Amino acid sequence: MRTLTGDQVEIGSVLPDLVIELTPTAIVSTALATMDFTPVHHDVGRARAQGSKDIFLNILTTMGLVERYVTDWAGPEALIRGINVKLGVPAYAGDTLTFTGTVVACENGEFTVEVRGKVSLGDHASGTVRFALPDR
Amino acid sequence: MTATAEADLHDRLMALAERQIAVGEVRGVAAADPVNLPMIRHWAAAMGDANPVYTDAEAAAGSAHGEIVAPPAMIQVWTMPGVVRDGRQATTPVDDVLRALDGSGYTGVVATNCEQTYHRYLRLGERLVPATRFTGLAGPKRTALGEGYFVTWNITWYSQDEPVADMLFRVLKFRPRERKTKPEAREPYPLKPAINRDTAFFWEGVGRGELLIQRCADCGELRHPPGPVCPSCRSVERTHVVASGVGEVYSYVVHHNPPVPGRSTPFVVAVVELPEGVRIVGNVVDCPPEEVGIGMQVRVTYRQMDDELILPMWVPQES
Repeated sequence: MRTLTGDQVEIGSVLPDLVIELTPTAIVSTALATMDFTPVHHDVGRARAQGSKDIFLNILTTMGLVERYVTDWAGPEALIRGINVKLGVPAYAGDTLTFTGTVVACENGEFTVEVRGKVSLGDHASGTVRFALPDR
Repeated sequence: MTATAEADLHDRLMALAERQIAVGEVRGVAAADPVNLPMIRHWAAAMGDANPVYTDAEAAAGSAHGEIVAPPAMIQVWTMPGVVRDGRQATTPVDDVLRALDGSGYTGVVATNCEQTYHRYLRLGERLVPATRFTGLAGPKRTALGEGYFVTWNITWYSQDEPVADMLFRVLKFRPRERKTKPEAREPYPLKPAINRDTAFFWEGVGRGELLIQRCADCGELRHPPGPVCPSCRSVERTHVVASGVGEVYSYVVHHNPPVPGRSTPFVVAVVELPEGVRIVGNVVDCPPEEVGIGMQVRVTYRQMDDELILPMWVPQES
């Protein structure tokens, strides 16, 4: 795994899509790995009782996946400085989450990628990730 | 609630918000565990994140970090309360605001924004302490979910006394819409009329319970179906008249097959001649098909096909 260098990234650079199948295992394992034991993230009965279609992804996982989406592309030594996410529709078990992204800014060595995570109902998350690349 | 009561409630909520903002930063309970490799490994595996700087000591040593570091997006994980909420959780200045909103009927909650800034990467062994500030209350706003207030707070995580990350978190507290026990939404009728600039007047008339016939604004001739040009004088100027709503079956068929979506067979499709002088195609209903015949006197009726569509149809005049 190599990390991109600053001259390999420019405004308009497009990230490859990342497709994540939201199996119940994916929803539950990420909820527990983020220490989020809210029932709607692992208990179908409780999720339905409160009006949800199924168990759904928790926010800490959304943040983690957005981060992974950018470092998968930029490389292991990309330094993530910030993630701003606007939360949209729920990402339910059984759905597919697809990330797309484009580099939209580069200032003083800090890059900004605009990221969208879509599910069948619409945008689950949209926002920006700021990162720097190590000097090489 | 009356307008005055609503205004009072709003004032009370905003006053509470101001007091809570003035409280400033309140430190919470330190993380149960320091930043540690097993939790990172578990997190990275669940996320499908293969970045070696999080889990591979050798790769991390050779990286810009020089050692294993925690994924930045794990920041909140370190201070999550865990399965057993044993009352060890410190109260925050946000709690009172959320409770007041709950008590005022704003019982729904949905997170809208999560913004994290990482000042540096965390190393194994660091033990974090969260500190919460209440930062804003905005509303009431009309949203797709219902009327609500946006509640914003900030958390700063400290390692020793060094702030290492900040988060802005915003939720919408809303009044869930009352579920009206309305009849179940009707299945949409699958056959929609083609409505365009030539025919829109006709369907608007149907919506008002009027059967409209297009009329040439120059020579006065009536025509149906509606069209852009008068077949007699070629004028494009048009207007319309309201038909009396009665007619006579000029011709008809009884449709048995093939099946038609949204309809049960058999049904009657008739050409109805209006006393105004035009003929119009429509179904004859409220009458067994075998009783329909040429010359039958009918009058128009309007049938609600689904939540939106109304179709003009014909029934026997004596009924």
